[in-house]
Amino acid sequence: MLRDITLGQYYRTESVIHSLDPRVKLVATFVFIVSLFVANNFVGYVIAALFLAMCIYLSKVPPKFIFRGMKTIFFLLMITMVFNLFLTPGKELISIWKLTITYEGLKMAIMMAIRLMFLITGSSLMTLTTTPNNLTDGLEKLLRPLRLFKVPVHEISMMMSIALRFIPILMEETDKIMKAQMARGADFESGSIIKRAKSLVPLLVPLFISAFRRANDLAMAMEARCYKGGDGRTKMKPLIYQNRDRLAYLVIWAYLGIVIVLGRIL
Amino acid sequence: MSIILDHVNYIYDEDTAMAHAALIDVCLNIPDGQFVGLIGHTGSGKSTLIQHMNGLEKPTSGCVFYNGQDINDPDYDKKSLRAKVGLVFQYPEHQLFETDCFKDVCFGPKNLGLPQKEVELRAYEALKQVGFDDEYFYQSPFDLSGGQKRRVAIAGVLAMKPEVLILDEPTAGLDPKGREDILGLIKKLHDEMGITIILVSHSMDDVANYVDRIIVMNKGRVAFDDVPTEVFKHYKELEEIGLAAPQVTYVMQELREAGFPVDTNVTTLDAAKIEILKAFGKC
Repeated sequence: MLRDITLGQYYRTESVIHSLDPRVKLVATFVFIVSLFVANNFVGYVIAALFLAMCIYLSKVPPKFIFRGMKTIFFLLMITMVFNLFLTPGKELISIWKLTITYEGLKMAIMMAIRLMFLITGSSLMTLTTTPNNLTDGLEKLLRPLRLFKVPVHEISMMMSIALRFIPILMEETDKIMKAQMARGADFESGSIIKRAKSLVPLLVPLFISAFRRANDLAMAMEARCYKGGDGRTKMKPLIYQNRDRLAYLVIWAYLGIVIVLGRIL
Repeated sequence: MSIILDHVNYIYDEDTAMAHAALIDVCLNIPDGQFVGLIGHTGSGKSTLIQHMNGLEKPTSGCVFYNGQDINDPDYDKKSLRAKVGLVFQYPEHQLFETDCFKDVCFGPKNLGLPQKEVELRAYEALKQVGFDDEYFYQSPFDLSGGQKRRVAIAGVLAMKPEVLILDEPTAGLDPKGREDILGLIKKLHDEMGITIILVSHSMDDVANYVDRIIVMNKGRVAFDDVPTEVFKHYKELEEIGLAAPQVTYVMQELREAGFPVDTNVTTLDAAKIEILKAFGKC
Protein backbone atom coordinates (compact mmCIF):
# COMPACT_ATOMS: atom_id res chain seq x y z
CA MET A 1 0.00 0.00 0.00
CA LEU A 2 2.85 2.37 0.79
CA ARG A 3 4.57 1.49 -2.43
CA ASP A 4 1.84 3.44 -4.22
CA ILE A 5 3.34 6.75 -3.16
CA THR A 6 5.55 7.73 -6.04
CA LEU A 7 6.15 11.35 -5.07
CA GLY A 8 9.84 11.88 -4.50
CA GLN A 9 10.84 8.47 -5.78
CA TYR A 10 13.43 7.81 -8.43
CA TYR A 11 12.78 5.46 -11.33
CA ARG A 12 16.01 3.93 -12.58
CA THR A 13 16.30 3.65 -16.34
CA GLU A 14 18.24 5.30 -19.17
CA SER A 15 16.60 8.00 -21.24
CA VAL A 16 17.16 11.45 -22.70
CA ILE A 17 15.28 13.01 -19.82
CA HIS A 18 17.30 11.09 -17.23
CA SER A 19 20.57 12.27 -18.70
CA LEU A 20 19.63 15.97 -18.79
CA ASP A 21 21.35 18.35 -16.41
CA PRO A 22 19.25 18.62 -13.22
CA ARG A 23 19.24 22.41 -13.57
CA VAL A 24 17.46 22.06 -16.90
CA LYS A 25 14.85 19.81 -15.34
CA LEU A 26 14.32 22.14 -12.40
CA VAL A 27 13.88 25.13 -14.67
CA ALA A 28 11.65 23.11 -16.97
CA THR A 29 9.42 22.04 -14.10
CA PHE A 30 9.19 25.62 -12.91
CA VAL A 31 8.40 26.87 -16.40
CA PHE A 32 5.83 24.14 -16.83
CA ILE A 33 4.07 25.12 -13.60
CA VAL A 34 4.13 28.80 -14.61
CA SER A 35 2.71 27.87 -18.00
CA LEU A 36 -0.19 26.06 -16.30
CA PHE A 37 -1.19 29.25 -14.54
CA VAL A 38 -0.54 31.50 -17.51
CA ALA A 39 -2.83 29.55 -19.79
CA ASN A 40 -6.49 30.31 -19.28
CA ASN A 41 -8.13 28.66 -22.24
CA PHE A 42 -8.29 25.05 -23.30
CA VAL A 43 -5.89 25.42 -26.21
CA GLY A 44 -3.20 26.23 -23.65
CA TYR A 45 -3.96 23.07 -21.71
CA VAL A 46 -3.89 20.95 -24.83
CA ILE A 47 -0.41 22.24 -25.55
CA ALA A 48 0.64 21.60 -21.95
CA ALA A 49 -0.77 18.08 -22.20
CA LEU A 50 1.15 17.44 -25.40
CA PHE A 51 4.35 18.76 -23.89
CA LEU A 52 3.88 16.60 -20.79
CA ALA A 53 3.06 13.53 -22.88
CA MET A 54 6.19 14.08 -24.95
CA CYS A 55 8.33 14.31 -21.80
CA ILE A 56 6.77 11.17 -20.33
CA TYR A 57 7.32 9.32 -23.59
CA LEU A 58 10.96 10.44 -23.74
CA SER A 59 11.57 9.57 -20.09
CA LYS A 60 10.68 5.89 -20.65
CA VAL A 61 8.97 5.82 -17.25
CA PRO A 62 5.84 3.65 -17.57
CA PRO A 63 2.80 5.98 -17.44
CA LYS A 64 1.14 3.55 -15.05
CA PHE A 65 3.90 4.27 -12.59
CA ILE A 66 3.46 8.03 -12.84
CA PHE A 67 -0.29 7.98 -12.50
CA ARG A 68 -0.18 5.69 -9.50
CA GLY A 69 0.97 8.73 -7.52
CA MET A 70 -2.24 10.43 -8.53
CA LYS A 71 -4.30 8.21 -6.25
CA THR A 72 -2.82 9.88 -3.20
CA ILE A 73 -3.96 13.36 -4.23
CA PHE A 74 -7.36 12.24 -5.39
CA PHE A 75 -8.99 13.48 -2.19
CA LEU A 76 -7.42 16.91 -2.41
CA LEU A 77 -8.47 17.11 -6.03
CA MET A 78 -12.08 16.33 -5.15
CA ILE A 79 -12.19 18.98 -2.43
CA THR A 80 -10.82 21.71 -4.69
CA MET A 81 -13.25 20.75 -7.41
CA VAL A 82 -16.26 20.81 -5.09
CA PHE A 83 -15.34 24.18 -3.60
CA ASN A 84 -14.76 25.75 -6.98
CA LEU A 85 -17.90 24.25 -8.39
CA PHE A 86 -20.23 25.65 -5.75
CA LEU A 87 -18.58 28.79 -4.48
CA THR A 88 -17.73 30.68 -7.65
CA PRO A 89 -20.20 33.50 -8.33
CA GLY A 90 -21.47 34.04 -11.88
CA LYS A 91 -24.10 32.93 -14.37
CA GLU A 92 -26.33 30.26 -12.88
CA LEU A 93 -26.41 26.84 -14.54
CA ILE A 94 -28.22 24.48 -12.17
CA SER A 95 -29.58 25.18 -8.72
CA ILE A 96 -30.21 22.38 -6.21
CA TRP A 97 -31.55 23.45 -2.82
CA LYS A 98 -29.11 26.10 -1.56
CA LEU A 99 -26.29 25.07 -3.85
CA THR A 100 -25.89 26.64 -7.22
CA ILE A 101 -23.51 25.60 -9.94
CA THR A 102 -22.44 28.48 -12.12
CA TYR A 103 -20.95 28.42 -15.57
CA GLU A 104 -17.82 30.13 -14.22
CA GLY A 105 -17.67 27.66 -11.34
CA LEU A 106 -17.78 24.69 -13.69
CA LYS A 107 -15.04 26.16 -15.84
CA MET A 108 -12.94 27.03 -12.79
CA ALA A 109 -13.36 23.55 -11.27
CA ILE A 110 -12.27 21.80 -14.45
CA MET A 111 -9.34 24.16 -14.89
CA MET A 112 -8.19 23.72 -11.30
CA ALA A 113 -8.41 19.95 -11.61
CA ILE A 114 -6.36 19.97 -14.80
CA ARG A 115 -3.82 22.34 -13.28
CA LEU A 116 -3.42 20.22 -10.15
CA MET A 117 -3.12 16.98 -12.08
CA PHE A 118 -0.57 18.38 -14.50
CA LEU A 119 1.33 20.01 -11.67
CA ILE A 120 1.67 16.77 -9.75
CA THR A 121 2.47 14.75 -12.86
CA GLY A 122 5.07 17.27 -14.02
CA SER A 123 6.85 17.48 -10.71
CA SER A 124 6.76 13.75 -10.10
CA LEU A 125 8.25 13.26 -13.55
CA MET A 126 11.15 15.42 -12.44
CA THR A 127 11.78 13.45 -9.24
CA LEU A 128 11.27 10.16 -11.06
CA THR A 129 14.00 10.99 -13.57
CA THR A 130 16.47 12.73 -11.27
CA THR A 131 18.35 11.19 -8.38
CA PRO A 132 17.98 13.14 -5.13
CA ASN A 133 21.69 13.91 -5.18
CA ASN A 134 21.54 15.36 -8.66
CA LEU A 135 18.44 17.31 -7.81
CA THR A 136 19.97 19.08 -4.84
CA ASP A 137 23.23 19.66 -6.71
CA GLY A 138 21.22 21.39 -9.39
CA LEU A 139 19.26 23.38 -6.88
CA GLU A 140 22.37 24.48 -5.08
CA LYS A 141 23.90 25.71 -8.28
CA LEU A 142 20.75 27.46 -9.45
CA LEU A 143 20.33 29.27 -6.14
CA ARG A 144 23.98 30.19 -5.83
CA PRO A 145 23.39 33.90 -6.64
CA LEU A 146 21.31 34.12 -3.46
CA ARG A 147 24.48 33.70 -1.44
CA LEU A 148 25.10 37.38 -2.04
CA PHE A 149 22.13 38.01 0.23
CA LYS A 150 23.54 35.69 2.91
CA VAL A 151 21.12 32.88 2.14
CA PRO A 152 22.68 29.57 3.34
CA VAL A 153 22.23 27.90 -0.04
CA HIS A 154 24.49 24.92 0.62
CA GLU A 155 22.86 24.16 3.96
CA ILE A 156 19.39 24.36 2.48
CA SER A 157 20.25 22.00 -0.34
CA MET A 158 22.02 19.62 2.03
CA MET A 159 18.92 19.55 4.22
CA MET A 160 16.78 18.91 1.19
CA SER A 161 18.95 16.12 -0.09
CA ILE A 162 18.93 14.42 3.30
CA ALA A 163 15.17 14.79 3.57
CA LEU A 164 14.69 13.33 0.10
CA ARG A 165 17.11 10.51 0.80
CA PHE A 166 15.18 9.65 3.94
CA ILE A 167 11.80 9.33 2.24
CA PRO A 168 12.34 5.81 0.89
CA ILE A 169 14.17 4.74 4.04
CA LEU A 170 11.36 5.87 6.31
CA MET A 171 8.80 4.40 3.96
CA GLU A 172 10.48 1.01 4.15
CA GLU A 173 10.73 1.37 7.92
CA THR A 174 7.02 2.21 8.14
CA ASP A 175 6.21 -0.86 6.11
CA LYS A 176 8.32 -3.01 8.39
CA ILE A 177 6.91 -1.66 11.66
CA MET A 178 3.40 -1.87 10.29
CA LYS A 179 3.90 -5.53 9.47
CA ALA A 180 5.50 -6.21 12.84
CA GLN A 181 2.53 -4.68 14.64
CA MET A 182 0.10 -6.46 12.35
CA ALA A 183 1.83 -9.70 13.35
CA ARG A 184 0.85 -8.76 16.90
CA GLY A 185 -2.76 -8.38 15.85
CA ALA A 186 -2.80 -4.63 15.21
CA ASP A 187 -5.48 -3.45 12.82
CA PHE A 188 -4.79 -0.31 10.79
CA GLU A 189 -7.62 -0.57 8.33
CA SER A 190 -10.94 -0.85 10.11
CA GLY A 191 -12.86 0.96 12.83
CA SER A 192 -13.95 4.55 13.37
CA ILE A 193 -11.67 7.52 12.70
CA ILE A 194 -10.77 7.86 16.37
CA LYS A 195 -9.99 4.18 16.64
CA ARG A 196 -7.87 4.32 13.53
CA ALA A 197 -6.00 7.39 14.76
CA LYS A 198 -5.31 5.57 18.02
CA SER A 199 -4.09 2.53 16.17
CA LEU A 200 -1.35 4.69 14.64
CA VAL A 201 0.41 5.16 17.97
CA PRO A 202 2.15 1.76 17.82
CA LEU A 203 3.35 2.75 14.36
CA LEU A 204 4.38 6.37 14.95
CA VAL A 205 6.29 5.96 18.19
CA PRO A 206 8.75 3.39 16.82
CA LEU A 207 8.97 5.35 13.58
CA PHE A 208 9.95 8.56 15.32
CA ILE A 209 12.44 6.77 17.52
CA SER A 210 14.04 5.18 14.50
CA ALA A 211 14.11 8.50 12.62
CA PHE A 212 15.89 10.17 15.53
CA ARG A 213 18.32 7.28 15.80
CA ARG A 214 19.10 7.50 12.09
CA ALA A 215 19.52 11.27 12.25
CA ASN A 216 21.90 10.86 15.15
CA ASP A 217 23.94 8.24 13.32
CA LEU A 218 24.08 10.35 10.20
CA ALA A 219 25.22 13.45 12.11
CA MET A 220 27.91 11.37 13.77
CA ALA A 221 29.09 9.94 10.45
CA MET A 222 29.21 13.40 8.86
CA GLU A 223 31.13 14.77 11.80
CA ALA A 224 33.56 11.85 11.64
CA ARG A 225 34.30 12.80 8.03
CA CYS A 226 34.97 16.42 9.00
CA TYR A 227 31.90 17.86 7.32
CA LYS A 228 31.76 21.57 8.05
CA GLY A 229 29.41 23.05 5.48
CA GLY A 230 29.78 24.17 1.92
CA ASP A 231 32.84 26.45 2.00
CA GLY A 232 35.71 25.03 0.00
CA ARG A 233 33.87 21.84 -0.95
CA THR A 234 34.44 20.52 -4.45
CA LYS A 235 32.29 18.11 -6.39
CA MET A 236 33.24 14.73 -7.76
CA LYS A 237 30.88 15.24 -10.67
CA PRO A 238 30.55 18.98 -11.29
CA LEU A 239 27.53 20.00 -13.34
CA ILE A 240 28.48 21.15 -16.84
CA TYR A 241 25.97 22.01 -19.56
CA GLN A 242 26.10 19.78 -22.65
CA ASN A 243 24.65 20.46 -26.07
CA ARG A 244 21.51 18.48 -25.28
CA ASP A 245 20.95 20.70 -22.26
CA ARG A 246 21.15 23.83 -24.39
CA LEU A 247 18.73 22.28 -26.84
CA ALA A 248 16.38 21.41 -23.98
CA TYR A 249 16.45 25.01 -22.77
CA LEU A 250 15.49 26.11 -26.26
CA VAL A 251 12.56 23.70 -26.30
CA ILE A 252 11.38 24.86 -22.88
CA TRP A 253 11.42 28.56 -23.71
CA ALA A 254 9.78 27.89 -27.05
CA TYR A 255 7.08 25.95 -25.22
CA LEU A 256 6.47 28.81 -22.79
CA GLY A 257 6.26 31.25 -25.69
CA ILE A 258 3.70 29.11 -27.49
CA VAL A 259 1.59 28.73 -24.36
CA ILE A 260 1.62 32.47 -23.72
CA VAL A 261 0.67 33.26 -27.28
CA LEU A 262 -1.99 30.60 -27.73
CA GLY A 263 -3.22 30.27 -24.18
CA ARG A 264 -3.55 33.96 -23.42
CA ILE A 265 -4.01 35.93 -26.55
CA LEU A 266 -6.13 33.60 -28.61
CA MET B 1 -2.09 -29.61 11.80
CA SER B 2 0.66 -28.05 9.73
CA ILE B 3 1.73 -25.26 7.45
CA ILE B 4 1.73 -26.18 3.79
CA LEU B 5 3.00 -24.01 0.97
CA ASP B 6 1.87 -25.19 -2.43
CA HIS B 7 3.79 -23.87 -5.45
CA VAL B 8 4.12 -20.39 -4.00
CA ASN B 9 5.49 -17.66 -6.25
CA TYR B 10 5.98 -14.06 -5.21
CA ILE B 11 7.03 -11.16 -7.41
CA TYR B 12 7.98 -7.79 -5.96
CA ASP B 13 6.88 -4.61 -7.76
CA GLU B 14 5.04 -6.49 -10.45
CA ASP B 15 4.48 -4.57 -13.71
CA THR B 16 7.41 -2.20 -13.17
CA ALA B 17 10.98 -2.26 -14.39
CA MET B 18 12.01 -3.14 -10.83
CA ALA B 19 10.02 -6.38 -10.82
CA HIS B 20 11.91 -9.36 -9.51
CA ALA B 21 10.88 -12.74 -8.24
CA ALA B 22 11.42 -13.18 -4.51
CA LEU B 23 9.97 -16.67 -4.32
CA ILE B 24 9.90 -19.21 -7.11
CA ASP B 25 7.78 -22.35 -6.90
CA VAL B 26 8.20 -22.96 -3.19
CA CYS B 27 6.60 -26.15 -1.84
CA LEU B 28 6.97 -26.90 1.85
CA ASN B 29 5.23 -28.90 4.53
CA ILE B 30 6.01 -27.99 8.11
CA PRO B 31 4.34 -30.40 10.56
CA ASP B 32 3.50 -29.60 14.17
CA GLY B 33 6.18 -29.53 16.79
CA GLN B 34 9.13 -29.42 14.43
CA PHE B 35 12.16 -27.21 15.04
CA VAL B 36 13.08 -25.91 11.61
CA GLY B 37 16.09 -23.84 10.59
CA LEU B 38 15.54 -21.61 7.56
CA ILE B 39 18.88 -20.62 6.11
CA GLY B 40 19.79 -18.42 3.21
CA HIS B 41 22.06 -15.68 2.05
CA THR B 42 20.87 -12.05 2.24
CA GLY B 43 18.17 -11.58 -0.39
CA SER B 44 17.48 -15.28 -0.82
CA GLY B 45 13.80 -14.78 0.00
CA LYS B 46 13.70 -16.14 3.54
CA SER B 47 12.08 -13.06 5.08
CA THR B 48 9.52 -12.93 2.29
CA LEU B 49 8.82 -16.62 2.77
CA ILE B 50 8.00 -16.33 6.47
CA GLN B 51 5.71 -13.38 5.84
CA HIS B 52 3.63 -15.66 3.68
CA MET B 53 3.14 -18.03 6.58
CA ASN B 54 1.03 -15.62 8.61
CA GLY B 55 -0.63 -13.83 5.73
CA LEU B 56 1.33 -10.57 5.78
CA GLU B 57 2.24 -11.11 2.16
CA LYS B 58 -0.03 -12.70 -0.39
CA PRO B 59 1.53 -15.01 -2.96
CA THR B 60 1.41 -13.85 -6.58
CA SER B 61 0.41 -17.41 -7.37
CA GLY B 62 0.11 -20.59 -5.34
CA CYS B 63 -1.53 -21.31 -1.99
CA VAL B 64 -0.66 -21.32 1.68
CA PHE B 65 -2.58 -23.64 4.00
CA TYR B 66 -2.67 -23.53 7.76
CA ASN B 67 -4.27 -26.59 9.34
CA GLY B 68 -5.80 -27.45 6.02
CA GLN B 69 -7.40 -24.06 5.36
CA ASP B 70 -6.36 -21.64 2.64
CA ILE B 71 -5.24 -18.54 4.55
CA ASN B 72 -5.73 -16.23 1.58
CA ASP B 73 -9.37 -17.11 1.26
CA PRO B 74 -11.36 -13.86 1.71
CA ASP B 75 -13.40 -15.45 4.50
CA TYR B 76 -10.39 -16.60 6.48
CA ASP B 77 -9.85 -14.75 9.76
CA LYS B 78 -6.34 -13.37 9.41
CA LYS B 79 -6.26 -11.91 12.90
CA SER B 80 -6.70 -15.27 14.57
CA LEU B 81 -4.13 -16.72 12.18
CA ARG B 82 -1.59 -14.15 13.33
CA ALA B 83 -2.22 -15.18 16.91
CA LYS B 84 -1.58 -18.82 16.01
CA VAL B 85 1.43 -18.17 13.82
CA GLY B 86 3.55 -15.73 15.82
CA LEU B 87 6.18 -13.85 13.85
CA VAL B 88 9.10 -12.13 15.55
CA PHE B 89 10.71 -9.76 13.07
CA GLN B 90 14.36 -8.93 12.73
CA TYR B 91 15.44 -6.42 15.37
CA PRO B 92 12.05 -6.78 17.09
CA GLU B 93 13.07 -4.26 19.75
CA HIS B 94 12.48 -1.53 17.13
CA GLN B 95 8.73 -2.07 17.36
CA LEU B 96 8.42 -1.41 21.10
CA PHE B 97 6.33 1.66 21.74
CA GLU B 98 4.64 1.60 25.14
CA THR B 99 5.68 3.47 28.26
CA ASP B 100 6.57 0.29 30.13
CA CYS B 101 7.52 -3.26 29.21
CA PHE B 102 4.44 -4.88 30.69
CA LYS B 103 2.05 -2.71 28.70
CA ASP B 104 3.97 -3.41 25.54
CA VAL B 105 3.63 -7.15 25.98
CA CYS B 106 -0.10 -6.63 26.63
CA PHE B 107 -0.51 -5.12 23.15
CA GLY B 108 -0.76 -8.47 21.32
CA PRO B 109 -3.32 -10.24 23.54
CA LYS B 110 -5.30 -7.00 23.85
CA ASN B 111 -5.66 -6.90 20.07
CA LEU B 112 -7.16 -10.37 20.23
CA GLY B 113 -10.02 -8.90 22.23
CA LEU B 114 -9.37 -10.89 25.39
CA PRO B 115 -10.63 -9.68 28.79
CA GLN B 116 -8.21 -7.44 30.69
CA LYS B 117 -7.44 -10.07 33.31
CA GLU B 118 -6.53 -12.69 30.74
CA VAL B 119 -4.40 -10.13 28.89
CA GLU B 120 -2.38 -9.33 32.00
CA LEU B 121 -2.04 -12.96 32.96
CA ARG B 122 -0.69 -13.82 29.54
CA ALA B 123 1.70 -10.89 29.55
CA TYR B 124 3.01 -11.94 32.94
CA GLU B 125 3.45 -15.53 31.82
CA ALA B 126 5.18 -14.53 28.61
CA LEU B 127 7.63 -12.25 30.39
CA LYS B 128 8.39 -15.06 32.84
CA GLN B 129 8.88 -17.51 29.97
CA VAL B 130 11.55 -15.35 28.39
CA GLY B 131 13.28 -15.06 31.74
CA PHE B 132 12.61 -11.38 32.21
CA ASP B 133 13.28 -9.98 35.66
CA ASP B 134 10.26 -8.77 37.70
CA GLU B 135 11.94 -5.55 38.72
CA TYR B 136 12.10 -4.27 35.14
CA PHE B 137 8.41 -4.96 34.38
CA TYR B 138 7.36 -1.35 34.78
CA GLN B 139 10.44 0.25 33.31
CA SER B 140 10.46 1.99 29.97
CA PRO B 141 11.58 -0.52 27.32
CA PHE B 142 13.91 2.14 25.95
CA ASP B 143 16.07 2.07 29.07
CA LEU B 144 16.93 -1.61 28.69
CA SER B 145 19.93 -3.28 27.10
CA GLY B 146 19.68 -4.74 23.59
CA GLY B 147 19.31 -8.32 24.79
CA GLN B 148 16.63 -7.41 27.35
CA LYS B 149 14.68 -5.38 24.81
CA ARG B 150 14.69 -8.35 22.51
CA ARG B 151 13.31 -10.56 25.27
CA VAL B 152 10.45 -8.12 25.80
CA ALA B 153 9.74 -8.09 22.07
CA ILE B 154 9.71 -11.89 21.89
CA ALA B 155 7.43 -11.98 24.95
CA GLY B 156 5.13 -9.60 23.07
CA VAL B 157 4.57 -12.30 20.47
CA LEU B 158 4.55 -15.21 22.94
CA ALA B 159 1.75 -13.55 24.92
CA MET B 160 -0.55 -14.31 22.01
CA LYS B 161 0.05 -18.02 22.72
CA PRO B 162 1.10 -19.00 19.20
CA GLU B 163 1.13 -22.61 18.01
CA VAL B 164 3.94 -21.77 15.62
CA LEU B 165 6.68 -19.30 16.43
CA ILE B 166 8.74 -17.86 13.60
CA LEU B 167 11.83 -15.86 14.48
CA ASP B 168 13.71 -13.82 11.88
CA GLU B 169 17.39 -13.67 12.84
CA PRO B 170 16.69 -13.44 16.56
CA THR B 171 20.40 -13.25 17.38
CA ALA B 172 21.38 -10.47 14.96
CA GLY B 173 23.45 -7.79 16.62
CA LEU B 174 23.80 -9.58 19.96
CA ASP B 175 27.06 -10.50 21.68
CA PRO B 176 27.96 -14.23 22.01
CA LYS B 177 26.46 -14.45 25.49
CA GLY B 178 23.18 -12.81 24.43
CA ARG B 179 23.15 -15.04 21.38
CA GLU B 180 23.39 -18.22 23.37
CA ASP B 181 20.81 -16.98 25.87
CA ILE B 182 18.24 -16.27 23.18
CA LEU B 183 18.87 -19.55 21.34
CA GLY B 184 18.66 -21.47 24.61
CA LEU B 185 15.41 -19.71 25.37
CA ILE B 186 13.94 -20.69 22.00
CA LYS B 187 15.03 -24.29 22.52
CA LYS B 188 13.34 -24.26 25.92
CA LEU B 189 10.11 -22.92 24.42
CA HIS B 190 10.15 -25.72 21.88
CA ASP B 191 10.88 -28.49 24.36
CA GLU B 192 8.58 -27.37 27.16
CA MET B 193 5.62 -26.01 25.28
CA GLY B 194 5.83 -28.17 22.19
CA ILE B 195 5.33 -25.28 19.79
CA THR B 196 6.63 -25.42 16.25
CA ILE B 197 9.66 -23.19 15.79
CA ILE B 198 10.97 -21.78 12.54
CA LEU B 199 14.31 -20.14 13.09
CA VAL B 200 15.60 -17.92 10.30
CA SER B 201 19.32 -17.37 10.20
CA HIS B 202 22.27 -17.10 7.87
CA SER B 203 24.60 -18.81 10.25
CA MET B 204 24.74 -22.60 10.20
CA ASP B 205 26.65 -22.60 13.49
CA ASP B 206 23.68 -20.93 15.16
CA VAL B 207 21.12 -23.46 14.08
CA ALA B 208 23.10 -26.71 13.79
CA ASN B 209 22.87 -27.41 17.52
CA TYR B 210 19.15 -27.00 17.78
CA VAL B 211 17.11 -27.85 14.73
CA ASP B 212 15.54 -31.09 13.46
CA ARG B 213 15.43 -29.92 9.89
CA ILE B 214 17.14 -27.34 7.71
CA ILE B 215 15.62 -25.57 4.75
CA VAL B 216 18.18 -23.79 2.60
CA MET B 217 16.92 -20.98 0.37
CA ASN B 218 18.81 -19.72 -2.64
CA LYS B 219 17.59 -16.98 -4.99
CA GLY B 220 13.96 -17.57 -4.08
CA ARG B 221 14.07 -21.34 -4.43
CA VAL B 222 14.35 -24.13 -1.89
CA ALA B 223 17.87 -25.47 -2.46
CA PHE B 224 17.99 -28.15 0.26
CA ASP B 225 15.43 -29.43 2.70
CA ASP B 226 16.57 -32.22 4.98
CA VAL B 227 17.95 -33.15 8.40
CA PRO B 228 21.13 -31.23 9.30
CA THR B 229 23.62 -34.05 8.71
CA GLU B 230 22.30 -34.59 5.18
CA VAL B 231 22.33 -30.89 4.35
CA PHE B 232 25.87 -30.44 5.63
CA LYS B 233 27.10 -33.20 3.33
CA HIS B 234 26.57 -30.68 0.56
CA TYR B 235 29.00 -28.27 2.13
CA LYS B 236 30.68 -27.57 -1.21
CA GLU B 237 27.37 -26.52 -2.81
CA LEU B 238 26.54 -24.50 0.28
CA GLU B 239 29.73 -22.53 -0.20
CA GLU B 240 28.78 -21.82 -3.78
CA ILE B 241 25.58 -20.11 -2.66
CA GLY B 242 27.42 -17.99 -0.14
CA LEU B 243 26.80 -20.15 2.92
CA ALA B 244 28.97 -22.52 4.87
CA ALA B 245 28.52 -25.67 6.90
CA PRO B 246 29.26 -25.38 10.63
CA GLN B 247 32.93 -25.22 11.51
CA VAL B 248 32.67 -28.65 13.12
CA THR B 249 31.92 -30.17 9.72
CA TYR B 250 35.08 -28.71 8.24
CA VAL B 251 37.23 -29.93 11.12
CA MET B 252 35.80 -33.44 10.80
CA GLN B 253 36.19 -33.45 7.02
CA GLU B 254 39.83 -32.47 7.25
CA LEU B 255 40.52 -35.02 9.94
CA ARG B 256 38.96 -37.63 7.70
CA GLU B 257 41.11 -36.55 4.76
CA ALA B 258 44.18 -36.69 6.98
CA GLY B 259 43.39 -40.33 7.60
CA PHE B 260 41.67 -40.36 10.96
CA PRO B 261 38.64 -42.65 11.22
CA VAL B 262 36.12 -40.03 12.40
CA ASP B 263 32.44 -39.79 11.62
CA THR B 264 31.93 -36.69 9.45
CA ASN B 265 28.19 -36.59 10.13
CA VAL B 266 28.40 -35.00 13.56
CA THR B 267 26.98 -31.51 13.76
CA THR B 268 27.40 -30.41 17.34
CA LEU B 269 30.51 -29.51 19.25
CA ASP B 270 29.93 -32.11 21.96
CA ALA B 271 29.42 -34.96 19.51
CA ALA B 272 32.55 -33.89 17.65
CA LYS B 273 34.56 -33.94 20.86
CA ILE B 274 33.51 -37.52 21.58
CA GLU B 275 34.29 -38.58 18.02
CA ILE B 276 37.74 -37.03 18.06
CA LEU B 277 38.60 -38.47 21.45
CA LYS B 278 37.49 -41.87 20.19
CA ALA B 279 39.61 -41.58 17.06
CA PHE B 280 42.72 -40.46 18.92
CA GLY B 281 42.20 -42.97 21.66
CA LYS B 282 42.57 -45.72 19.07
CA CYS B 283 45.75 -44.19 17.66
